[in-house]
Amino acid sequence: MAWFKKDKRSSKKVKIPEGLWVKCEGCKEIVYRKEIERNLRVCPKCNYHFRINAWERISLLADEGSFEEADADITSADPLRFKDSVPYKDRLRSNEEKCGLKEAAIAGTASIGGYRASLLIMDFSFMGGSMGSAVGEKIFRAAERAMEQKIPFITVSSSGGARMQEGIFSLMQMARVSAAIGRLKNNHAIPYISILADPTFGGVTASFAMLGDVIIAEPRSLIGFAGPRVIEQTIKQQLPDNFQRAEFLLEHGLIDMVVHRKEMKTVLTRLLGHLIVPNEI
Amino acid sequence: MKYYLDFEKPLQEIELRIEDLRRLSSGKEPSANSEIKKLERKARDMRQEIFSSLTPWQSTLVARHPERPYTLDYINMMAQDFIELHGDRRFADDPSIVGGFASIGPHSVLVVGHQKGRGVKERIGRNFGQPHPEGYRKALRLMKLAERFGKPVITLIDTPGAYPGLGAEERGQAEAIAANLMETSSLRTPVISVIIGEGGSGGAIAIGIADKLMMLEHSVYSVISPEGCAAILWKRDGAEIGPGEYAQAADSLKMTAQDLLSAKIIDEIIPEPLGGAHREPESAARALQDALLKSIEELSAKTPSKLVEDRYRRLRKIGGFIVPRKEP
Repeated sequence: MAWFKKDKRSSKKVKIPEGLWVKCEGCKEIVYRKEIERNLRVCPKCNYHFRINAWERISLLADEGSFEEADADITSADPLRFKDSVPYKDRLRSNEEKCGLKEAAIAGTASIGGYRASLLIMDFSFMGGSMGSAVGEKIFRAAERAMEQKIPFITVSSSGGARMQEGIFSLMQMARVSAAIGRLKNNHAIPYISILADPTFGGVTASFAMLGDVIIAEPRSLIGFAGPRVIEQTIKQQLPDNFQRAEFLLEHGLIDMVVHRKEMKTVLTRLLGHLIVPNEI
Repeated sequence: MKYYLDFEKPLQEIELRIEDLRRLSSGKEPSANSEIKKLERKARDMRQEIFSSLTPWQSTLVARHPERPYTLDYINMMAQDFIELHGDRRFADDPSIVGGFASIGPHSVLVVGHQKGRGVKERIGRNFGQPHPEGYRKALRLMKLAERFGKPVITLIDTPGAYPGLGAEERGQAEAIAANLMETSSLRTPVISVIIGEGGSGGAIAIGIADKLMMLEHSVYSVISPEGCAAILWKRDGAEIGPGEYAQAADSLKMTAQDLLSAKIIDEIIPEPLGGAHREPESAARALQDALLKSIEELSAKTPSKLVEDRYRRLRKIGGFIVPRKEP
């Protein structure tokens, strides 16, 4: 199915709060909503990057009409039969209704600046983008797809980490997806580019997200292993202002670049131009 | 003075009485001796009763018992000629992960494990078994060394989790864990992992990708601690949470050795002496040694390529998701 059909369907579900004006979470200024939307959901005053959903991300990166979704129907089996205030199954269902997605990630292939690539895009709005068995399987398959088709692998992360409701199965996803990326790197000259969006934490950072051959983050994104509140409670000190921001990670040598949303596709295309080995692809 | 967990209190009374009687009679009074024997039988029955039906939360407490044997205790009891190696060659030596070469039976192996401390000073020195990135990088350096020399790798897991600190983040805690997962998944030598106490999330799995994964009977392994899980689920609007909520969370997380065996995440449970490994460390170490020797022999028969292939397949087939069948 052509991706724009899906986009139409899903964009209906994009939650846009009422009102013509939005308060920017970056500069706290009141900004005209239309202006933000025209600007790829980036604040025109302070460059704050609002979170965007997976379909918006795809339309930002993929050449028009080129995205083909894969593994759309993979869902969680609720292996723990987890229940808190509501059963986990019900929580999944209500998130599906809320986001118009079956899980917290979309996988598929697309062209980016003319280069075919395997994509895996996370969506923070679905249970905090958490990685359970279904998300893990989609990542695993997307990496294998890149190997089979000898095309680059590109992920966009936005996640609170491993999904608690699937317990040890979620933890195992860290191992699974890292093993898949290890195989990709050991056996193929296939580039793996990891893009980090606000926020990326826990089991996602501590697996595929930090394993990119090239790692790119959006400006000011919060990225880390442990959450800032947990750290503050542990060390009982105030954390520096830019702590765990993309710029902090760049300064500490943990990522390659901080790239503005509007430049992302151009930078990706340029990188692919360098990394694609004609004989391998 | 022994340390007793709350649910062991009835046992404590009997054991203290046995000790008292022993001290008073010093083995000379026949009447006291028969009383001691009677009490010992009673204590054994009680231990049997308590420990055969531990709840997941009680298992968690046993797994964290301050007298439970740690990595270095097991190494001392079951291995010979341990040579500890230090440092990640980049920043520091992390004492919350130890490692080095040792002999177990006829085999020269590399052992890596989390190390908690005993007593206030050592506990702080070893950061309560919570590694910094340096610990994971040291572990990887040593495992790569073992790979080059064809030594089997044994990892002993016992950590509340990776340390959530400022320096840990600055030095790439997430990257260190991720790199370990990626590299050990294709390590060309046998890897055997045993959870000996607490298997705390990413901090545990970072040295836990193995060809054979085992758990001691009363150890636990989970994506989050029961306390952390309870806080996320119930600590809203300033609500107080306590052992009741922790117990409920521990139930939901399915984190005991038995749960993980049923889920086919682990291969084997290593039985502990009655009352837990801390009551008879020597016999716990013997059981661990037996299981390790068996595994080393099993895995040594495989070529490095076969090991790597099987390890990948093993991870690949972990379930937990549903793929609807394609329509024809």
